[in-house]
Amino acid sequence: MFAFIVRRIIQATVVMLVIGFIGFSVKHQLGDPVRDLVGISVSIEEREALRQELGLNDSFLVQYGRFLKNAMHGDLGYSFFYKRPALDVIFDKAPATIELVFAASLIILLISVPVGLYSAIYPKRFFSKFAMGVSIVGVSIPVFLTAIVLIYVFAVQLHWLPSYGRGETVDVFGWESGLLTIDGLRHLVLPSIALSSIMLPLFIRLIRSEMMEVLETEYIKYAWAKGLSRRRIWMVHAFKNTLLPVITVGGVQLGILIAFTILTETVFQWQGMGFMFLEAVERSDTALLVAYLVVVGALFVVVNTVVDIIYGLINPTVTVASR
Amino acid sequence: MQTKRQKFKESYLLYSFKRDKVAMVSFTILTIFLLAALFAPVLAPYDPYDTASIDIMDSEIPPSWVADGDSRFFLGTDIMGRDLLSTMLYGLRISVMIGIGAVILQAIIGIGVGLVSGYMGGKVDAILMRIADVQLSFSTLMVAIIVSAIVQLTFGVGRYEQLAVPLLVVIIGIAEWPQYARTVRASVLGEKNKEYVEAARVIGLDSKRIMFSHILPNSLSPVLVISTVQVANAVMSEAALSFLGLGMPVSRPSIGSLINAGFEYIFSGAWWLTFFPAILLIIFILVINLLGDWLRDVLNPKLYKG
Amino acid sequence: MALLEVKNLEVSFALRHGDLVALNDVSFTLDKRERLGVVGESGAGKSVTGFAVINLISKPGRITKGEILFDGKRLDQFSEHEMRSIRGNHISMIFQDPMMTLNPVLTVGTQMVETLRAHRKISKAEAEKIAIKKLELVHIPSPERRLSQYPHEFSGGMRQRIIIAIALLTDPAIIIADEPTTALDVTIQAEIMDLLLELCDAQDMALMLITHDLGVVAEVTERVMVMYAGKVIETAKTIDLVRNPRHPYTKGLINALPGHGECDQENRLQQIPGTMPNLTEIAPGCSFHPRCDYCQDICRSTVPELRQIGESKERWVSCHLVGKGQL
Repeated sequence: MFAFIVRRIIQATVVMLVIGFIGFSVKHQLGDPVRDLVGISVSIEEREALRQELGLNDSFLVQYGRFLKNAMHGDLGYSFFYKRPALDVIFDKAPATIELVFAASLIILLISVPVGLYSAIYPKRFFSKFAMGVSIVGVSIPVFLTAIVLIYVFAVQLHWLPSYGRGETVDVFGWESGLLTIDGLRHLVLPSIALSSIMLPLFIRLIRSEMMEVLETEYIKYAWAKGLSRRRIWMVHAFKNTLLPVITVGGVQLGILIAFTILTETVFQWQGMGFMFLEAVERSDTALLVAYLVVVGALFVVVNTVVDIIYGLINPTVTVASR
Repeated sequence: MQTKRQKFKESYLLYSFKRDKVAMVSFTILTIFLLAALFAPVLAPYDPYDTASIDIMDSEIPPSWVADGDSRFFLGTDIMGRDLLSTMLYGLRISVMIGIGAVILQAIIGIGVGLVSGYMGGKVDAILMRIADVQLSFSTLMVAIIVSAIVQLTFGVGRYEQLAVPLLVVIIGIAEWPQYARTVRASVLGEKNKEYVEAARVIGLDSKRIMFSHILPNSLSPVLVISTVQVANAVMSEAALSFLGLGMPVSRPSIGSLINAGFEYIFSGAWWLTFFPAILLIIFILVINLLGDWLRDVLNPKLYKG
Repeated sequence: MALLEVKNLEVSFALRHGDLVALNDVSFTLDKRERLGVVGESGAGKSVTGFAVINLISKPGRITKGEILFDGKRLDQFSEHEMRSIRGNHISMIFQDPMMTLNPVLTVGTQMVETLRAHRKISKAEAEKIAIKKLELVHIPSPERRLSQYPHEFSGGMRQRIIIAIALLTDPAIIIADEPTTALDVTIQAEIMDLLLELCDAQDMALMLITHDLGVVAEVTERVMVMYAGKVIETAKTIDLVRNPRHPYTKGLINALPGHGECDQENRLQQIPGTMPNLTEIAPGCSFHPRCDYCQDICRSTVPELRQIGESKERWVSCHLVGKGQL
């Protein structure tokens, strides 16, 4: 088990180095740190001096090494638009995105587990068939369209919920949270529903098919033969076995939600990292773009590594040799 | 030729197709859409690329059956005064072109990698599959968004928009190849140890020959199944990129960029600008997904989970 | 009164093209402490019979006719809830493949304790005590430690011992063992069989042993019931059946055993020609007639009934020819 964890961490490190390399290459090719620092109203001589001073005339590899070293110390460059270190900007925006992903994951979990299990246990009932039908329509609707429809119905037509922004937020130890005010929560409703809409059908189908497979196994039949209650058989014997594949696939899928935050945040003008990323692209704010790439890359790598390790811990049959 | 047709007529595929109404309707709609995309220049009442024929005075006219509608423009016009129906037909054409192009590209990369990986095994396999895993874990959409953002910065917005179609094909193709690689690898591993491959090796056929003439044909049914789903994914990715302003420009819009352009105007009541392209996109993706589901049930290949 | 009495049981599977009858007019009894063997080829309906007793037939199968009496109570009319108090409590089952039977993500202890607590109002600690006692009975070393282990940490033979221990937990009246040794190594088979036999004796349990292996049946059981294509074709005391099989199919089975029956000159094992028909394509008349050496016209047209033959009350055969001077 220990060796397995070490190996996963080494692999995660390699992936991070590759991401760092890509990020640095982008920066090296496209970025202009001098402009980022002093703007364009400085003479060519002064710029050249500054270039020398910043080490921009060093070889690619030397600069890459410096980039990595700085990144380790939390320095991912300087955003020329915000006139602040890129990482600070991202950390300011991160809570908005994390709260959105959290709310969406919660919605996905609370709906997909009961619906998936129900439609696996009673596949022939009307509700199950209805849920399956809705879910295939669901996967076919792009997340930005769901978002637009939600805005049109609940904000433009009904005026029930706000259509953009985060609303009132509260500062909790430097974390700007929208979860603690009524206004913040009202603003969160539509974006989180929109974000969950893309993954929800996938989760329902995944849980359903895994559960159906498990229900056919010998050990479930044996559990019936032991005279256990339905509740125990479905919720403990079957569900626990369903969880394993759901966690591996599901963990990765939740990571994928981050990608969809870019779309959701754009539609709702949600001031998170995704919205910031697109603005950075429009403004050619290379440092911020690269910082986003590295931070999101790290997030993915951490999530995946943790999911893998959790999987190893839950599944008693995972041995070091089999991985 | 006669026998081939006969064979198809008696095949299980056709039999179950005829029995499945959903599959038949989906197939019909998809065919109509594909034909509409192919013959867009013939079918469209106006040429949306012909700036001379567009009058800005005609902008934001609602669909013809609504009050204030204009009988010249069945589905109304967009903000630039283009006929929405014509623009949608051309947009569908672009979306389909990029979708199919991207799928062909990813299929070539993915099948190649999958074959090599599955057949060679060992270190090569481990490394290639790790790359695929890692890339997949970043989500194809994320990779596509970041790559297109970088490419757009490199080329500059103007050049990017000129080259948008081939660039999007490459970007989406690169983002999605791991799906193919994993599926093909899985079925290669399944086929590899079967007797006929063993036999081919024993009689001394070289490995390339075995891969292409023996293993590949037997891996085709899973490839067929994921291809349908992948076309839907590619069209969706393209729409998402265009919606974010990282795809097709409004002057040569795909369905996604039409929705993007229309979105700004739903608050002012011009709902049709978003509504019709959105419905078109959803139905297009839905019928492909339904067909994919049906194919998966019928061919029942061992697909890679996740 | 017999402990278990099954009368005219019919089990059907609802398929798209109509019902498929898997068990046809099956009747048998099982007394207290009795050991009954159920023999037949795979697909003959042995397992379905076993599962029908605890009303646990896989969908889309169901009991369509007949009665199942346990202790005088009609099990076939029990509700799902009532049935649950029988399963694993008064009637325990042992499944074929120990590698597939235990839940891979739950510890052995959990799987034992939950069974006890499903049927008795006792604490977890008390349940664990009983579990340990039963594990000792099946000769699992250091059972306290074993409780916290997962199934994959045990060998196949050990797992089957654990499953036997689970079956013993509630001191049931009947154990139904469905091919309990088929999936095990040959060397372990005898060991497990002996253990089962010893425990049934010591714990006053009746055993219904479902198997395709007449050799095992001959060693273990007192009475035997031979099934073919969903029907009982012969039933007798084991010793009588082995010494003097009457139904042509049983004769064939016995002759196929090494060291039994008449072998031909080269001392080869004899085989019954052909295979058992699929349930969808059972021939009219006697279902065995296409494979029978003695087949006559009546066999092709009329379904034979199960008749008592000879002096023993226990001997019943379903064959037109037996006892009429022809066989």
